[in-house]
Amino acid sequence: MKSYLTLALKVLKRRKFFTFISLVGISLTLVVLVVATAMLDDVFGPHAPQSRFDRVLMVSRVSKSGPQVSTTMNPGYGFLHDYVLNLPGIERASAFTDLVTSAIYRDNDRVETRSRRTDADYWQILDFRFVEGGPFSAADVERGARLAVITDELRGRLFGPGNAAGRSFELEGERYQVVGVVEAVPVTRIAAYAQMWLPITTLRTDWRRKFMGDANAIVLARSRADFPAIKAEFGRRVAAIPIDDPKTFKEIRASIDTPFESFANELMNARSMRKLAPHATLIAELILAGIALVYMGLPALNLVTLNLSRMLERAPEIGVRKAFGAPRSALVWQFVLENVVLTIIGGLCSVALASAALMWINHSGVIESAQFAMNWRVFGWGLLIAMFFGVLSGLYPAWRMSRMHPVEALRGGAQ
Amino acid sequence: MIKLENVNKVYRTERVETLALQNINLEVARGELVSIMGPSGCGKSTLLNLMGLLDAPSAGRLALEGEDVQKHGDRRLARIRNEKLGFVFQSFHLVPDLKVVDNVEIPLLYRKLSASQRRKLALEAIDRVGLGSRVHHFPTQLSGGQQQRVAIARAIVGRPRVLLADEPTGNLDSQMGDEIMAILEDLNRNDGTTVVMVTHDERLARRTHRIVRLFDGRQVA
Repeated sequence: MKSYLTLALKVLKRRKFFTFISLVGISLTLVVLVVATAMLDDVFGPHAPQSRFDRVLMVSRVSKSGPQVSTTMNPGYGFLHDYVLNLPGIERASAFTDLVTSAIYRDNDRVETRSRRTDADYWQILDFRFVEGGPFSAADVERGARLAVITDELRGRLFGPGNAAGRSFELEGERYQVVGVVEAVPVTRIAAYAQMWLPITTLRTDWRRKFMGDANAIVLARSRADFPAIKAEFGRRVAAIPIDDPKTFKEIRASIDTPFESFANELMNARSMRKLAPHATLIAELILAGIALVYMGLPALNLVTLNLSRMLERAPEIGVRKAFGAPRSALVWQFVLENVVLTIIGGLCSVALASAALMWINHSGVIESAQFAMNWRVFGWGLLIAMFFGVLSGLYPAWRMSRMHPVEALRGGAQ
Repeated sequence: MIKLENVNKVYRTERVETLALQNINLEVARGELVSIMGPSGCGKSTLLNLMGLLDAPSAGRLALEGEDVQKHGDRRLARIRNEKLGFVFQSFHLVPDLKVVDNVEIPLLYRKLSASQRRKLALEAIDRVGLGSRVHHFPTQLSGGQQQRVAIARAIVGRPRVLLADEPTGNLDSQMGDEIMAILEDLNRNDGTTVVMVTHDERLARRTHRIVRLFDGRQVA
């Protein structure tokens, strides 16, 4: 192994120009994939204020279906109250609404903002960083207090410089008081993102009894090992829900999923895809892998061509190794390893480039409050992608070279 | 040691069929030092390639140490080459990116040996050819004669039974050629290594036990 690695590095140094061209191509190919990996990690991984999301399950869809009609919506608070918030064996559960656009009035100014309404447990599951004050409590929610938590970005738009805790504004004809200010939340935080949060009890509609509506739930398990039991219990509850209009609807479906599973289920939501729904997560993973593979395909083919021409230069070496007893498998292993070394170096370059690209995206404002970052998970995935790319682009040339007739290989050197 | 019976070798392309060797019957005994001579294109290197299991006869029988090798697959043939045969080429064919000791170790990479065992055997082989002071040099830092000695060290590091040399002195001047020939004679005389050598040099060929002469793919002597 050490001998092969030594030779791999020396081969790269031998033809510096070709190595440079290869590295540029590999780095530019992989940087897109690494940036995409960082973005996916940001959405689905445990990052503040969703640091505990590796232990979280979500309920965000309920559907009723019948022979002629089907309806899929967010669950209503009534559904969540009866079937989710009291699931056994969980640490905590919270209900909160979807994002809505609200208009706030301060003096004569109108400020648009994106808001959610939540219960008190929401602030125990999610770990927002408060720069002023704190969240509204369970007692505040119980009494329907007109309190609000806002982001520091909204604070600036509403009140200008200075603190905001204790100050008030008008929303939907009522006065709300700021009780806490948090750091701005990236729009990629699917449960946490908003600019303003209000107690769920300040909703004006008859929200408590609704079976379907605009709510969501997040359930914090004690550990991931509890997921199967929680899912099984929820499944039993849903299966036992009485159907209030049996002439129209025959089935009620809902699932409690990890964030990625929720995303996968959304992909399978179309009526035509229902049969594939049980395999939604696998299909979503395959789709992502397929996109990455297609994207890598053309650069891999280019690298295959480059590798084939480089390996022809080494025909005499191949002939010598074969003459001295190298089996085909050893030659394939040697050349694939050389290519993987090259692509790993390119992968490391791409990680550096991706870090710069992510910093630019964060500062550009293209994605609101973006906090994309490199971390060990993304770095690991980046290296894995680089290794896969190395095997993909190295295997065929290595196989071709290993099958070279030793006499022809030796002759190639003499010419 | 090596036995060829009624061996033919035909090269076929889409348009042309070339009979490179015809009706070769040859036996090389253990411990012999044999040279193969003939004009250019007479089939000398082809014969050596067949003996070295680098190519297969189109007809006839080829046996190494009594074992009929034609029915073996690639993997088995590679193993036999690794264990029993060593090669020295006219153009040396050293890997330019590897130091002398790493070049010599190449045959040992395909055996189940530890890195320290490989290193020990390689250094012994390098000492045997008198290049102990050049262990960490690169091939481009050596003269032609020194490079060929490294190639011989590589060929003998695995203690092969047979050494096959294709014009080992072809790219060297007469003095270096004599030095190389002396090494081959020493291996044959003191280690009992069977040596088969293709050469154009009548003077060197007369130093061998037997000369096999080819003409137009046929054995003439």
